Amino acid sequence: MIDLYADTLLLVASTIRTATPLVLAGLAGLCAERAGVVDIGLEGKMLGAAFAAATAAAVTGSAWVGLGAGLATSLVLALLHAYVSITQRGNQIVSGMAINIVIAGLAPTLAGAWFHQGGQTPLLSGGARFTEINLPFAESLASVPVIGPLYSEVISGHNIITYMTVAIVPLVAWMLYRTRFGLRLRAVGENPEAVDTAGISVAKLRYQAMAIAGLLCGLSGVVLSTGLGAGFIRDMSAGKGYLALAAMIFGRWKPVPTLLACLLFGFVDALQGRLQGVALPLIGEIPVQFTIMLPYVLTVLILAGFAGRMVAPKASGIPYEKDH
Amino acid sequence: MKKTFGRAVLSLAASIVMSVTAMAADFKPVVLYDIGGKFDKSFNEAARVGADAFKAETGIAYREFEPRSETQYEQALKRFARRHADLIVAVGVGYAVAVRNVAKEFPNVKFTVVDAIVDLPNVQSITFKENEGSFLVGMIAAMKTKTNSIGFIGGMDIPLIRRFERGYKQGADYVRKDLTFTENYVGTTPSAWNDPIKAAELAKSQYARGVDIIFSAAGPSGLGVIQAAKDAGKFAIGVDSNQNYVAPGTVLTSMMKRVDLAVHRALAQAKDGTWKPGHTVMDLKDGGVDYALDKYNASLITPEMKAKLDEARAKIISGELVVGDVAGSNTGR
Repeated sequence: MIDLYADTLLLVASTIRTATPLVLAGLAGLCAERAGVVDIGLEGKMLGAAFAAATAAAVTGSAWVGLGAGLATSLVLALLHAYVSITQRGNQIVSGMAINIVIAGLAPTLAGAWFHQGGQTPLLSGGARFTEINLPFAESLASVPVIGPLYSEVISGHNIITYMTVAIVPLVAWMLYRTRFGLRLRAVGENPEAVDTAGISVAKLRYQAMAIAGLLCGLSGVVLSTGLGAGFIRDMSAGKGYLALAAMIFGRWKPVPTLLACLLFGFVDALQGRLQGVALPLIGEIPVQFTIMLPYVLTVLILAGFAGRMVAPKASGIPYEKDH
Repeated sequence: MKKTFGRAVLSLAASIVMSVTAMAADFKPVVLYDIGGKFDKSFNEAARVGADAFKAETGIAYREFEPRSETQYEQALKRFARRHADLIVAVGVGYAVAVRNVAKEFPNVKFTVVDAIVDLPNVQSITFKENEGSFLVGMIAAMKTKTNSIGFIGGMDIPLIRRFERGYKQGADYVRKDLTFTENYVGTTPSAWNDPIKAAELAKSQYARGVDIIFSAAGPSGLGVIQAAKDAGKFAIGVDSNQNYVAPGTVLTSMMKRVDLAVHRALAQAKDGTWKPGHTVMDLKDGGVDYALDKYNASLITPEMKAKLDEARAKIISGELVVGDVAGSNTGR
């Protein structure tokens, strides 16, 4: 019983770590799409931010400088995407994919040219990383039954960006649903003509939404290379941008359901790691191939069975043009 | 017609470029790395070290290629074979099928494939007895663990990596039978070699469950395991190259697989004309595999541990102690 409890706590802690970049990228996609811009370039922005953060942190030895560089890189990419899809009214999928492909090639190339380690940045250590923070009393409370392990394993011992994420989710929800800016942002994704008629600039609102998306996505990249990992390695985002996009759709373009979807993805991922090589009663040892398949099977089942109808913001993906 | 002409122009252009670069020497070798790249501080880097040693000795430059995905294996082999390479060294188990296909098509080009067996008259196959080296690091883990719990993290789940795990387990069992053993694999596709975040997460989970030493056979993903070990203040065991220097005090030892020796030998043989097709196995006896002991981990391996390891090594070499293998993992013996 105690073992089961301890195991569950470890799973939850692992879920939180795994879900952090997903949640941030998912919220980024959400801000963009609620404003009517489809953002399939999350993967590229995440990778670009991871690369910039690792590079700046490796050169300066400061994770905070890395954070700034990561955010700036992702912001620039987001605004580029915004320029193509808002000002130039280009195809948003094409623009997003272009960002993904360019970064996938450019980041390892630049890393190779600057650090001569074949597309990697040097391994980061010490102050160049956001290391795990042990909250006060985590050590001394660990022996307290039930609550102690919960506090020391699950609540304490994450990096600062994970704690920031915990604050960012309600912040984004509040912004979207409780502020005038959020109301306009949602309106511009549903019915831009109405917003325009009210005398508010559609383009400006969408640019603002993309800037927010860029910063959030940048943070998810920063946590990859300087928090969870220790340096940039090519293709290290490993499809997390697309997964975040799926989580956002699964979460019906709403912040809290998106958070839950990301946590679910994180949980099944942690679970499959835990189930590998474990002999279950009656079944025996499960083959690795099967446990690794589990997250995807679960995703399909949930999407097919429980998620219901997905309704995207009406104007999502459609460039706004005034009638001439 | 137009296409043929274009090709002719291309190959003409290529041959001009080639003849310029070939002025230095007539022997033209090529080294193809596996996904992960030549600076992975592990398997591919060992191959690069071997090729560089050859270059330093002979002054003969080699051409190289790092594939980004498994679909590029065959393209790259064909491209270099078409451009009159004398010897193409392909390192990595993933090249097996591609080398078989391309070697048939270009019977005049020599191929050396490391980690896979291709039975063709113009292919030399070199494999290693990773299980023997893994046996020794398994012994080290068993002698060093304080929690009586050791772990293994593999990259892609293939018989080759299972062989590391088998040797590691058997080596640990040889020292003591009461150990708890935890294993994880990063994935089942080649991308598993390049996912240090996932590997670090698996390692964190193992350390949290009481494991205090993890042996990772996962290419670049293994760097995630070493980082997780450093964060947790536990031990990791490196693989393929000597990774002791990556995090001194954290990397207990490394299971060295001397891909550098294999690559160097193939290149040197092809240059001297002593290159022969067929299958070679490199094992503990000829120094193909071993555990790493250097200034970075000298303080972690005590003389008593070393004595035991030497004893076991002698027994394995003499054949008194047989390290088990995994079916389908290309041992060839």
